[in-house]
Amino acid sequence: MPKKSTSTRASAPKNAELARQMLTYMIMAREFDAAMLRLYRQGKAFGGVYSQLGNEAVSVGSAMALDNKIDVLFPMHRNIGGHFVFGQDIDQLMVNHLAREGSQMRGTDGTGHYADPQRRIYGNVSHLGAMIPVAAGFVMAGLMRGEKTVAMTYIGDGGAQVGEVHEALNFAAVRKLPLIVIIENNQYAYSTPNHLEFACERLSDRAQGYGMFGTTIDGTDVELVYQTCREAVQRARNGEGPSLIETVTMRMRGHAEHDDFAYVPKDILERWSTKDPVETYISRVIQQGIMTESEVTSLRESTLSTMIAAIDRALERPWPAAEEGFRNVFIES
Amino acid sequence: MATMTYLEAIADALRLEMRRDPTVFQIGEDIGTYGGAFKLTKGMIDEFGPTRIIDAPISEAAIIGSAIGAALNGMRPVAEMQFMDFVTNGFNQLVTVAGTTAYRWSMPVPIVVRGPSGGGVGANPFHSRNSEAWFAHATGLKVVCPAFPADAKGLMTASIRDNNPVVFFEHKGLYRKIKEDVPEGEYVVPLGVARVVRPGTSVSVIAYGSAVHMALEASEALLREGIDVEVVDIRTLVPFDEETVLESVRRTHRVVVAHEAVLTAGFGGEIAARIADKAFRWLDAPVRRVAAFDAPTPFAPTLEKAVLPNAETIVSAVRDVMAF
Repeated sequence: MPKKSTSTRASAPKNAELARQMLTYMIMAREFDAAMLRLYRQGKAFGGVYSQLGNEAVSVGSAMALDNKIDVLFPMHRNIGGHFVFGQDIDQLMVNHLAREGSQMRGTDGTGHYADPQRRIYGNVSHLGAMIPVAAGFVMAGLMRGEKTVAMTYIGDGGAQVGEVHEALNFAAVRKLPLIVIIENNQYAYSTPNHLEFACERLSDRAQGYGMFGTTIDGTDVELVYQTCREAVQRARNGEGPSLIETVTMRMRGHAEHDDFAYVPKDILERWSTKDPVETYISRVIQQGIMTESEVTSLRESTLSTMIAAIDRALERPWPAAEEGFRNVFIES
Repeated sequence: MATMTYLEAIADALRLEMRRDPTVFQIGEDIGTYGGAFKLTKGMIDEFGPTRIIDAPISEAAIIGSAIGAALNGMRPVAEMQFMDFVTNGFNQLVTVAGTTAYRWSMPVPIVVRGPSGGGVGANPFHSRNSEAWFAHATGLKVVCPAFPADAKGLMTASIRDNNPVVFFEHKGLYRKIKEDVPEGEYVVPLGVARVVRPGTSVSVIAYGSAVHMALEASEALLREGIDVEVVDIRTLVPFDEETVLESVRRTHRVVVAHEAVLTAGFGGEIAARIADKAFRWLDAPVRRVAAFDAPTPFAPTLEKAVLPNAETIVSAVRDVMAF
């Protein structure tokens, strides 16, 4: 959970606490990335390091729109912010990512692929799109019991072209499931640009074909993401069915850190750098008097050191015992 | 006991489990008012309603995927593939998601994906496949292939109660062809226990599904030649009851492995390899396999009959191993 600010300002807007929380989670996401990048450069990262640079507003704003006591999060690999919003412990997250002893996946997998039923987080598999039907079924089961659980899940501009995504969206619309699917259009699917992935103008145009609500929004504006998702959550909770929200962002790093993303024209990156979701929100929060510049600076510094310390603690842990490789292929009993 | 067809026995298990456990539901194509393409779920929507007998769009990935999601959220879904051939459209969900979840998340995924498989009924290449070996090779999936009504009922009950994903292959050719006395009420046949359906002393025929019936027919003919065939029905491929198979081989010293699925990389190869590995010194002849010719199941009756195994091909294989 984010540290609560001790200062109170009479002049702050009434959603100041919300703004502080959103900024704190975005900074956590950003500094998580910075810490993982540092690890990668030290040659100590194991497996792929998937940056979410440029995507923080989507993962934080959308997850904040949920009620983490009753709703479920099916995040994708660039949605680290949502894990924090859903109360994931930083140490546990690092141990999971780095596949050390104590990982919730026992070393059978790494990165954000874990599930934590207590925290209502169900991670993705590398076959992006495959978890969308699963998220649909999860909330369908809730509906059968009269529960109001909403599931939030994510897919990219590339993953949205997977057939299972189509099946899941249609299924969710037919059964009016409380499912929110966010298409994070960050312009590139690995190296493939939008125009080689789809021919429609906006990916949310597909919503009409499914008979569900759809919209395309600026994915760098955390408050806009939050507000749009809040409305989607409300509709889902009221039995009005699923929503398809396209968030337009830019993936500011390669597919993973091994990828130099030379295929992205430099001027595109320059243009998007002025829309950095974390920096623009910091400016807004300071401008509105919610936090001071020095508060933000010290929050960033302390968050980065928290992340680095958690990585260091995770790396001190041993690798999982080899015997784990032979366990749990099936659930016994 | 009540006399039931293979199809009725499966329906009986589904109905009883749905009455017993409110978390059990069914999802599939045309399974509601229509009662399923083979009428296996006929009348169930009247008893359980459309919330528990769910007619889904033609979307096998959504059907299996949503079953997985519901299972992660406390339910025990049974998903029907209208024909088991169409499981290919949901393959990723079964193999990538369902089959890896226990290993990755230590969480149960109690789903059953069931449906009619197999040939010999003049369908075509897309309504006749025997794809059980794919799933036995996938890891993390249990694979069930019943040959008799009572076993079909008992194994279905066990599959629904199992905390792991189960792929349940019903042979459509057996649906209404065979009848037998089936225990009434709750009946469980545990997964992973083979059954000697015909004890014999000369040679073991290890089979499952429709091939068990081919083997029984073959054994009648062979008895007239003085060959006393033991027929072992393995009933489930995963888990595989290796010990019952090895025990039979240690008594008869000769083996034929039979299945209706194609030969290459079929489960018969696995059975033969286990026998070669663990019972080599008891063998008096090489292990012979009887299976379909490596081709899609053809449409015209002349072609289909030619490529699929039958009692005669088993008779001929048994004669070979006896003559060795």
